[in-house]
Amino acid sequence: MPTAITLTINGRRISVPPDYTIAAAIMQSGRPTLRHSVTGQPRGPLCGMGICFECRVTINGVAQQRSCQTLCRDGMEVETT
Amino acid sequence: MSGSTCDVAIVGAGIVGAACARALAAAGRRVLVVDSHLVGGGATGAGMGHIVVMDDSPAQMALNRYSQRLWNELADQLPAGCEFETCGTIWVAADDEEMTEVRRKHALFAEQGIETFVLDERGLHEAEPNLRDGLAGGLRVPGDSVIYPPTAARWLMDRAQEHGAELLLGATVVEMDGRGMQLSDGRRIDAAMTVNAAGSLAPQLTAGLPVRPRKGHLIITDRYPGFVRHQLLELGYLKSAHESNADSVAFNVQPRKTGQLLIGSSRQFDSETLDVDPPMVERMIARSLEYMPGLEKLSAIRTWTGFRAATPDSLPLIGPHPEIPGLYIATGHEGLGITTSLATARLLVDPLLGRPTAIPVEPYLPARFLTAA
Repeated sequence: MPTAITLTINGRRISVPPDYTIAAAIMQSGRPTLRHSVTGQPRGPLCGMGICFECRVTINGVAQQRSCQTLCRDGMEVETT
Repeated sequence: MSGSTCDVAIVGAGIVGAACARALAAAGRRVLVVDSHLVGGGATGAGMGHIVVMDDSPAQMALNRYSQRLWNELADQLPAGCEFETCGTIWVAADDEEMTEVRRKHALFAEQGIETFVLDERGLHEAEPNLRDGLAGGLRVPGDSVIYPPTAARWLMDRAQEHGAELLLGATVVEMDGRGMQLSDGRRIDAAMTVNAAGSLAPQLTAGLPVRPRKGHLIITDRYPGFVRHQLLELGYLKSAHESNADSVAFNVQPRKTGQLLIGSSRQFDSETLDVDPPMVERMIARSLEYMPGLEKLSAIRTWTGFRAATPDSLPLIGPHPEIPGLYIATGHEGLGITTSLATARLLVDPLLGRPTAIPVEPYLPARFLTAA
């Protein structure tokens, strides 16, 4: 049986099945907003396939990463803005 | 429309043409500016917008310094969209040999009354934590600034238009002399004098101008506020800028007010098109990573090119054409056109108004290449 993966999203630990994208993990945690635009509008995953760049989050300290194109890994620290 | 008449017809609505238009219109001249594209649509919009004092020659340093002072005097009037910010420059020294150059530069700047600070390895790391460990140090020049060139050019043109200047965009000049211009649609512009401020295209309108297009690439990243705090240049930058013909790259990173980073730089002669050249971009990125490995994790969102207007002695051409009455030249600024645009306008216009120039104009006169027979 595949083991669950544990990561933190804004400091909160969550466990997801393997092969979940970060976008899916954040959606599952009940948060629809991944970031805010320059003018302060909330943004979430739109295309889900790496084109629209609306789902960018900070992963292990590196900002502007597409959460829909990044798989969850044990110990990852993800920050939304 | 058959044509129009004005005191001064300027070809080129880049930052140099806009600055000249502003100075002439403010002095009461009826000015018409013609450009085939947009305000700031050529090298102005393609460049970084670093208002910097470079010391590659005494004449270059004098021009940069004078123009930097003029920008500083304008700073309070510039709208937020011009993104003017005195973030300072750090010249980065990779090794002890380059630290010798840091100390030479420090002494030279001190002689000129420019405050700079020598940074050792630790000082450099504290100033710019994302530079790699093991660099020797650097020279921090706190008075240098960055600006967003297309909006700055637009602002200068708006001031010119407030003083009555007219702007004709989308019109191509096919011929000019000192008394007017011929447009491709058949219109004729008559003028008491003309200014060729067409950047790297200037020789197409004035034969014999010693200006060559020198292509440059830039990369811009997504927003990473705080990743870089000063404009950073490797000390080898001037060497890259002056290697006469070979293609070259140099580490040159600029923080924008948006949090984005502009990553340069490249210099290429004999590239005819604006196409992005992927091997050149790879070389630029490789050079950047040698200084700043963390850039590897950041996302670039766009890459583009532009043509600098390069002259054989790396000084611009400012002033009357020695053989064509009424024709003035304002081009050849290579990578320093944003910095030197305001001084260029003053050096061109002050003699016309019978005013003394703030610095000697001789090193920049086109006559140094275009000797009268």
